[in-house]
Amino acid sequence: MKKLMTGNEAVARGAYEAGVHYASAYPGTPSTEIMENTALYKEDIKAEWAPNEKVAMESAIGASVAGARSFTAMKHVGVNVAADPMFTFVYTGVNGGMVIITADEPGQHSSQNEQDNRNYARAAKMPLLEPSDSQECKDMMKVAFDISETFDTPVLFRMTTRVCHSKGIVTLEDRVNVPLKDYTKDATKYVVVPSIARQRRVKVENSMNLMKKYTEITPLNYTEINNKSVGVISSGCAFNFAKEVFGENASYLKLGFTNPLPKNLIKDFASKVDKIYIIEENDPIIEEFVQTLGIKCHGSDTFPYSGEMTSDVIRKSVFGETLESVDSETEKVIARPPTLCPGCPHRGIFYELGKRKNTFISGDIGCYSLGFAAPYNAMDIIIAMGASISMGHGAQHVFNMKEDNEMRVVSILGDSTFFHTGINSLLDVVYNGSNTINLILDNRITGMTGHQENPGSGYTLQGMPTKTIEIEPLVRACGIDHVRVIDPNILDEVNEAFDWAYDLDEPSVIITRFPCALKSFSPEDKEEFKGAFTEKCIIEADKCTGCRKCIKTGCPALSFDRKNRKAIIDPAQCVGCEVCLQVCPVEAITKEVK
Amino acid sequence: MIKSIMLVGVGGQGTILASKILTLGLMEAGHDVKMSEIHGMSQRGGSVSSQVRYGKKVLSPVIEIGGADMLVAFEKMEALRWLNHLKKGGMAVVNDYEIESMPIIIGKIDYPEKINEELINKTNAKVIDAVSVAQELGNVKVMNMILLGVLIKSMNLTDIDWEKIIRENIKKKFIEINIKAINIGMTI
Repeated sequence: MKKLMTGNEAVARGAYEAGVHYASAYPGTPSTEIMENTALYKEDIKAEWAPNEKVAMESAIGASVAGARSFTAMKHVGVNVAADPMFTFVYTGVNGGMVIITADEPGQHSSQNEQDNRNYARAAKMPLLEPSDSQECKDMMKVAFDISETFDTPVLFRMTTRVCHSKGIVTLEDRVNVPLKDYTKDATKYVVVPSIARQRRVKVENSMNLMKKYTEITPLNYTEINNKSVGVISSGCAFNFAKEVFGENASYLKLGFTNPLPKNLIKDFASKVDKIYIIEENDPIIEEFVQTLGIKCHGSDTFPYSGEMTSDVIRKSVFGETLESVDSETEKVIARPPTLCPGCPHRGIFYELGKRKNTFISGDIGCYSLGFAAPYNAMDIIIAMGASISMGHGAQHVFNMKEDNEMRVVSILGDSTFFHTGINSLLDVVYNGSNTINLILDNRITGMTGHQENPGSGYTLQGMPTKTIEIEPLVRACGIDHVRVIDPNILDEVNEAFDWAYDLDEPSVIITRFPCALKSFSPEDKEEFKGAFTEKCIIEADKCTGCRKCIKTGCPALSFDRKNRKAIIDPAQCVGCEVCLQVCPVEAITKEVK
Repeated sequence: MIKSIMLVGVGGQGTILASKILTLGLMEAGHDVKMSEIHGMSQRGGSVSSQVRYGKKVLSPVIEIGGADMLVAFEKMEALRWLNHLKKGGMAVVNDYEIESMPIIIGKIDYPEKINEELINKTNAKVIDAVSVAQELGNVKVMNMILLGVLIKSMNLTDIDWEKIIRENIKKKFIEINIKAINIGMTI
């Protein structure tokens, strides 16, 4: 049977067909749909959202050691969080095969950096696979488990945005029945005290040496000889981009197994072609290896060091121009940055916070990152998941060292990000005593990645009701004495909470509690937030004075009619959060009467 | 011969569903198909594009600059933004519809004028008021199926059983209106 699948769907299918029993992940673009699709194989695979990538990695390690084929998936920066157990798991090796999927982002469509996680394979001394399309995602996933078990090592599986989110036709096969393996207690394998770890270090080297032979013969690495004047060595999606440009005017060495790289295969290919291009996305990893073999090649001297290596980029780099397009010179195009949605429960917070003087706002990764932009301009720094509270802590300490300091630090993060790594930071705030104001924007779901359940949402990935972890008692248990829970859509309540927190000399936590406007409400949400998003706001045009105050809330449902000098609410977009209604000085905005 | 179609618009306008229906239909018709789209942050009201390529054997899922046979813009400023992807002599279908972006909403800059004229000048674009047609049908959201219908006719793909694809892939209560919309699109 054939099916049109994204790379993410295909990789989930591959895991299913490979007989996987357990998988755990933390959502992150472009990897999120891998675990969502794995979760659909409910009968055969236990699939979970972990609170963060390290926990996901460790859960999958436990599953492997207990005897199951298992995998974990995360975006590229997630691997940084999970790197600690990953490096050492290479030493112990596996019982059931284990695959670690990293979804890299050349071009940074939805990410804070462009790190190339192929570097991790080299640093951790683990095998690396790079699929180029959906069919390969499925096929290579199955091979990956065999490699893992054969060489007693986890396998790094590198996808990129275009592989994850592109669809192609995939041929489906049946699930292979891979029974759970027996577990045998073996401290000399799994307990990495130094004396044992030193022995396991030898095992790592031996496995690597065996894989240096395997990489020469695996069908994942293959040549296609056409015109010999140009030879292209490529991996991942870049291979398809390159083939689109060169077609049969070049010969190819397609690399699917890229750590360790096949020395002899590369030398042999190089001897057959005249001019070699290395086409890879992000760092010059293959290129530098080829150069160490004494082979002359073109890579970073020809192609850009960053971004996607799409066909137009390759064409421009090699031939000096792109395909001829219609005349596209135009000065009319205006930027269209992403915005907080109509009804976003973060809007009122940023609208008010942006007005506060002498405030350093330490931000985090999530929809609320958008608070940095106009009209709010309410963010001073964003670095990494869960970093807001700890960065704010350090900053407040230093501001307090300055004479006559008036700077207060407000740290902001979401519910899922707090569970991810914010809790540790809050412990630091309490333990080392900084008087920061910590804002946890609880919108009852993991928002930015498209609504994934988390420990606070009351449901598991596979739809089972579970214990809801309440943030307020958790925060108090961390040692915070000053805690308030507020409705972020009531601006007076927001301001009053800020005034209260700014007056304290001790750390405080303000928790906002209101669901994301795009969330499908659970029965519990329906009960707790009865009537939310049911009636829209309307403007009484004769009352509107055209002062534009409502426009400054930055709601996409609002616009300004320049001819009549009146604000307009688009009824197709408004969900009735009432933030603009509270801002209007002449009460021109009201709720529709149904 | 590989054909490349680009569907562009603003996050939330239904470009992804339209391109999904399109790719499934093309697959049913026996083509090799690849499609690419970007999820994540840009979906929050940002500029979005879905790219569909079909033919005997498709390699790249991404349409390169100057590589699109057809550009379907669900919002007219987005047509201009992605215009460099349309090949010389390529065709454009443009929804005569404006969505203000945040710099426009907050009054920093005005929405550009005379976009339709520029597009017609440069590409002989077909400008369509899909919103009014959708409103007449009773749901403004089906403008995506109206535009898909226009695209289907322009690319000579009317032989494919689109009704069947819609029935199999759209929530039951929206099937009939979506079928109506795609059929009307094919007559525009």
